Amino acid sequence: MLGYIIRRILAIFPVMLIVAIFVFLLLRLTPGDPAAIIAGDMATPEQLERIREAMGLNQPIHTQFITWMGRLLQGDLGTSLISGTPVTTMVGQRIFPTINLALLTIAIAVAIAVPMGVLAAWRHRSWVDYAVMSFSVLGFSVPVFVIGYIFILVFSIVLGWLPVQGYAAPADGFGEFLYRAILPALTLATIYIALIARMTRASMLEVLGEDYIRTARAKGVKESRVLFRHALRNAAVPILTVIGTGFALLISGVVVTESVFNIPGIGRLTVDAILARDYPVIQAMILITSATYVVVNLIIDISYTVFDPRIRY
Amino acid sequence: MTLHSFRSKGASRVRSLMAGALMASTALVGASAAWAETTITAVMHSGLRVLDPVITTAHITRNHAYMIYDVLVALDSEFKPQPQMADWTVSDDGKVYTFTLRDGLKFHDGAAVTAADAEASLKRWAQKDSGGQLIMDRTESLTATDDKTLVWTLTEPFAPLLDTIAKQSALPPFIMPARVAATPADTAITEHVGSGPFKFVEAEFQPGVSVTYVKNEDYVPRDEPADNMAGGKVVHVDKVVWATMPDASTSINALLGNEIDYIESVQVDLLPLLEGDPDVVFEKREPLGYQTIGRMNFKHPPFDNVKVRQAAMMALDQEAVLAALIGNPEYYSTCGAIFGCGTPLADATGSDSLTSGGDIEAAKALLEEAGYDGTPIVLMAPTDVVTLAAQPVVAAQSLRNAGFNVDMQPMDWQTLVTRRASQNAPADGGWNIFFTNWLVPEISSPLISPMLNGRGDGAWFGWPEDARIEELKEAFIDAGTPEEQLAVAKDIQAHNMEQVLYIPLGQYVSPQARRANITDMIPAPVPVFWNVKKE
Repeated sequence: MLGYIIRRILAIFPVMLIVAIFVFLLLRLTPGDPAAIIAGDMATPEQLERIREAMGLNQPIHTQFITWMGRLLQGDLGTSLISGTPVTTMVGQRIFPTINLALLTIAIAVAIAVPMGVLAAWRHRSWVDYAVMSFSVLGFSVPVFVIGYIFILVFSIVLGWLPVQGYAAPADGFGEFLYRAILPALTLATIYIALIARMTRASMLEVLGEDYIRTARAKGVKESRVLFRHALRNAAVPILTVIGTGFALLISGVVVTESVFNIPGIGRLTVDAILARDYPVIQAMILITSATYVVVNLIIDISYTVFDPRIRY
Repeated sequence: MTLHSFRSKGASRVRSLMAGALMASTALVGASAAWAETTITAVMHSGLRVLDPVITTAHITRNHAYMIYDVLVALDSEFKPQPQMADWTVSDDGKVYTFTLRDGLKFHDGAAVTAADAEASLKRWAQKDSGGQLIMDRTESLTATDDKTLVWTLTEPFAPLLDTIAKQSALPPFIMPARVAATPADTAITEHVGSGPFKFVEAEFQPGVSVTYVKNEDYVPRDEPADNMAGGKVVHVDKVVWATMPDASTSINALLGNEIDYIESVQVDLLPLLEGDPDVVFEKREPLGYQTIGRMNFKHPPFDNVKVRQAAMMALDQEAVLAALIGNPEYYSTCGAIFGCGTPLADATGSDSLTSGGDIEAAKALLEEAGYDGTPIVLMAPTDVVTLAAQPVVAAQSLRNAGFNVDMQPMDWQTLVTRRASQNAPADGGWNIFFTNWLVPEISSPLISPMLNGRGDGAWFGWPEDARIEELKEAFIDAGTPEEQLAVAKDIQAHNMEQVLYIPLGQYVSPQARRANITDMIPAPVPVFWNVKKE
């Protein structure tokens, strides 16, 4: 097991190297010029060229790549071409709102979706099942920004219970954090509730038909114990996969929700960087996103062994 | 019952309960309330990312610079230069300007502002600013003779010198400490210390997200009342926070919910959301606003032919462009003056067809006369900037109506600004025509309007080679009186419309919105936060 984990962690490095090379080349092939963003509309071509030179953008691509890679190996993600701020500082400012929002979203989604899915499977083809499935289809189908605007209209504009926008760090008070994050988290959670509830239901339906469930019931085991100890545990693997990849998706940036609720997260940072062709920031964000996926997948794989002892690495 | 009254009457108690339940401590609530009393939270037109007002012409950077830096001379509402940091005298022959710094000027690090700082700042600015470069062409010396005195000696008179250093846009010469101004003009400064009425809080700066300014307690305002960018910069609030909100609806809702105090620029189609709320005011900050324009590429066919350029201009209809762009006629007006309507140099010679619906038949005749062979016109159409998306679509149809073969290519603005720098043939990654917008003060004089540069490859994108426009600009510099300047400006207007250096497509304003308790905002092209009160 330990050997497996070490091998998986070591595998991160070649993956990241391939991503780094790919991203670097892709960005240089994309039209766009950060010097033009800095110089503004009035700059003449000569002035633009001088700024490019000062920024090192007119050096050969391989020279730029070696410089960037050399810094990266020392843990230096570089400096924003636009603002001159170190990329690590920018990521540090923006990643915690995203992580906190993702954790809250997943917590809400799991707390609501798993019981919903279990209930729907338990009462298969009843009105409960149909209600859960209907909600699931709705949750998938309605765009997240529409849900966000509806929540803002109802809870902020009409009822006035919650703020329209903004973010407060948990360090400033967990109550204030919840007060500001609950609407965006609920908005994002809608789609994950739909996804996880559907996966839980499907997985549970498969398991509930197994012999050991019939045996447990025949032995007179309480139904709640049958559902949550015997069935859910065996149905957990696909559910965990959905939760894990959902979390990675949330970390990699939820730009629409961040924009609608004005949350300074990494989704907006990434999109702003792409629009401005701020290469070091884009490169850093893609590397961080890739690393997140690799790590989350590793955690999911390890967690399988907790829920299903038959799985061994 | 209106939405607003429902919210205000019914919701406050529930909101208090919710907040009480959720807030960790009442102390936090108290602290927020105290903080809010003297803080203005403003949503500006874009996020601040570049902090050097010399390296970029971006308006948000200029606005930032007006917060933390000061200028020697500033324009009043009559477009007249007035003393700000310095008074001046001019020698009888018009060749020697002597500036004397006023008392009490201090940088935010506590050091006194000296004439040496002003000298270094002006020299760095003049490397980047087109007006500054013209003055430097006629400069013999620019020297600080003592701590308070700066002497600018010219080889020959430059009548609009004061207007040029007083201008409020692209680029104003902000005064920085000499050590900061020693930074090469093409490299961004890394220290942000000014002597202006607000101090920049670097620790709270998040590029593109928020920027915080606190009142500079040491700032000594002038005695005169604030007038446009001139006069006393008296600060009545402790703190100003610029928050960036990428979603326009969010900022509107936040203003309605009293979570922010001010929005610099509201999309006209969202204004109905603000109507009916007595606690919110929306208004035109200043009447001049923006000029929207079209620019052609002089290097490649068919727009290397003046008759084809004239045909294109003849086909265009300002009213159609502006109606698609803004919609509400209250916020736009047709205007054929290349220097902008409402400015001292405004003249509409040669713009009749533009402002009266276009003349398709005349355009067709001109095209035929020019022998246009159907060469495709590559028209670049940015799709990601609200204020630039409509012009290409309307113009493309007008040009097609006149017989042009238009190849409209949608792209994001970043791709456009890269592509417009290419001098390749249009079919090989180049272009024929694009559209953009300018603040009217940025094009209100021939010395600052980028399109009126006829130096070929050294000119702005499109690269016209036009010796006559350069001669006319020299004549403008030599014109000693406002009457003489206006006469030259009329010649420039006529020359532009004959050669079609660029096509003015009318003016529009972006209304601002504020909570009603924000008062005494100065009606100026630059949104400034001195003089403003929060009641």
